[in-house]
Amino acid sequence: MKVSLMITCLGDALFPEVGVATVKLLRRLGVEVDFPQGQTCCGQPHFNSGYHHEARKLAMHTIRAFGHDNLVVTPSGSCAAMVKLEYPHLFENDLIWHGRAEDLARRTHELSDFLINVLGVEDVGGRCPGKATYHMACHLRGLGLKDEPERLLRKVKDLEVVPLERSDECCGFGGSFSVRFPGISGAMVEDKAAFIDQSGADMVVATDAGCLMNIAGRLRRRGSKVRPMHLAQVLEKT
Amino acid sequence: MNDYTRHEHHDFPGAVTQALADEPLQAALIRLTGTLMDGNRRGYAALADSDRLRDHAKHIKEHTLAHLDRYLEQLESSVTRLGGKVHWAASAEDARTIIVDIARQANCKRAVKAKSMTSEEIHLNGALQKAGLEVTETDFGEFILQVAGERPSHLVAPAVHHTRESVARVLSKHLEEVLPDDPRTLALTGRRILRQEFRQADLGITGANFAVAETGTIVLVTNEGNGRLTTTCPRVHVAIMGMEKVIPRLADLPVFLKLLARAATGQTLSVYTTLLTGPRRPNELDGPQEFHLVILDNGRSRILSGPFRESLECIRCGACLNACPVYRRIGGHAYGGVYSGPIGSILTPLYDSVSNNPELPHASSLCGACQAACPVKINIPRMLIGLREVQHHHRTSTGEHLAYKLWSLVLRKPWLYRLALRFARMLLGPLADDGWLKRLPGPGAGWTHARDFPVPASRSFRDRWKELGKKDHG
Repeated sequence: MKVSLMITCLGDALFPEVGVATVKLLRRLGVEVDFPQGQTCCGQPHFNSGYHHEARKLAMHTIRAFGHDNLVVTPSGSCAAMVKLEYPHLFENDLIWHGRAEDLARRTHELSDFLINVLGVEDVGGRCPGKATYHMACHLRGLGLKDEPERLLRKVKDLEVVPLERSDECCGFGGSFSVRFPGISGAMVEDKAAFIDQSGADMVVATDAGCLMNIAGRLRRRGSKVRPMHLAQVLEKT
Repeated sequence: MNDYTRHEHHDFPGAVTQALADEPLQAALIRLTGTLMDGNRRGYAALADSDRLRDHAKHIKEHTLAHLDRYLEQLESSVTRLGGKVHWAASAEDARTIIVDIARQANCKRAVKAKSMTSEEIHLNGALQKAGLEVTETDFGEFILQVAGERPSHLVAPAVHHTRESVARVLSKHLEEVLPDDPRTLALTGRRILRQEFRQADLGITGANFAVAETGTIVLVTNEGNGRLTTTCPRVHVAIMGMEKVIPRLADLPVFLKLLARAATGQTLSVYTTLLTGPRRPNELDGPQEFHLVILDNGRSRILSGPFRESLECIRCGACLNACPVYRRIGGHAYGGVYSGPIGSILTPLYDSVSNNPELPHASSLCGACQAACPVKINIPRMLIGLREVQHHHRTSTGEHLAYKLWSLVLRKPWLYRLALRFARMLLGPLADDGWLKRLPGPGAGWTHARDFPVPASRSFRDRWKELGKKDHG
């Protein structure tokens, strides 16, 4: 099986190690991975801020970049949601691009969705000693994913998964929301970070670079020792 | 310090700052929303297939909206056949005039009201009082607010911003006697006062949770029974409803009744579910002699024909407020209008104006918790994004517009994107402490107000793909 990796702009620029872990993990499971070089950004920031004309241009660019038939795997719930839910919506009235958008939407999977629902594996052969707590990224809701990431985590050897209070509550990122409403966003991420510190875990795991960037930034500001880890990084360890 | 609790306002940022610093409010909001969200989850979980039921409810609403004119006409003819009277109000002002005229013609002097957000939307109480009527809110929370001169801050628990101590203070001042802050005593006091009002009132005003077109039935959902007393004791009953509240048949009602209380509080049904079909008949012993249904437009027909039509599917349960991490931290008064929370962030710009409420569509992280809690699965995040787009049509090109355009251009040329990344790395790298920045300039300062920001990695993923890629052709 061969898939194309959608690294996402945040993944490419800020957390390349997540992309590396994703590739190594997929290869370990017998999946060939390629990387279409034309990809940059799915256009979600533009879409969310109401710049739909620009978002469409970026969507077309992305659809072209992933033009061939492969399944597309991305270590990001929010980018997967953008492609799967909003691309078809953006091209609702476009006879040609709607079909192309739907095609990419069908082929695209967030990482845990791909592992559990396409590859059909729960135990990916990972080993990561420690205590982890799991933050649910909001976009998993829209994608209809429920507990896929947790099921994968629980099969990792020597890893104890401890509960996180209000684990499914938004961390307060929301893209531009975090800079437009620093008071509210700050209150949200402070609560999240406090719950993480209270959980007793030594790492917090999430499926989205946006969440991790936000949570990690706050944990650092608080002087917390909890390490933020992407799901791919935990699963890849042996 | 501004008083956002009394007057509608457009100062969202100021109100938010105040709310975030209000510790008793924060505690009350966490308590209430936590309890109600637990109820919402339990409520849906107890249903055999809540997902399908919610889809079904949504289909009924979509169908009704697609044929709204037909169902409203059917509703009118059903109500008229029973001896009731239907009035069409194009605007809030029309609705006020109509209701004041009804009161005058029927020679009413004292009105009691069951809780109705629609009546708040049209600012009815002031108009009735100006016309010489005494008006008393009979939902205990609304009664306390009326006495305190405040606005509701939650759809179903309007006085959430109060504690029993503050309620005791408000009632003590009103009665000029010292009341203890014990909930039972306060409730019994309220009951005593309100029973008097019910007995003496000649006009009862309610909203309508649902209006059944087939039978002309108005459905009221309350927990205190005030809906029942409001429509039994006085000789005239006026129900005011937004036109989107109509549902086609009586057989459709159970679908919504199964969802409404569960979504709102986790109750299987609210304590009182009242179905009213017409005024008192000749052989009946109680009920109002006159029944008037006021059907309100006030912008809804305009919304019906536009991209925000889905907002008309709302059954006013308040689940989205309880689910929302933003509402949970700022409360209802901050939103400035009658409707707050996620649905309020859509309704207020639509009923009032987008330009008067520029912040509301942006005051969301688009987390989708609202949609997940909504009994009719309204896609609130998408409509908030739609309103953000509408805002851009109102503004001429600003710095932000240009910045996004430039950013989009860079992202569509991979070589330019790689260059920009390298440039950002060069610029920010030296300012970092262990790979993180404590302060960002300009709009980025909002981020670093509360957290550190990571600098771009010295080697991006696509730089590293060169080694990774050697294993595979890419």
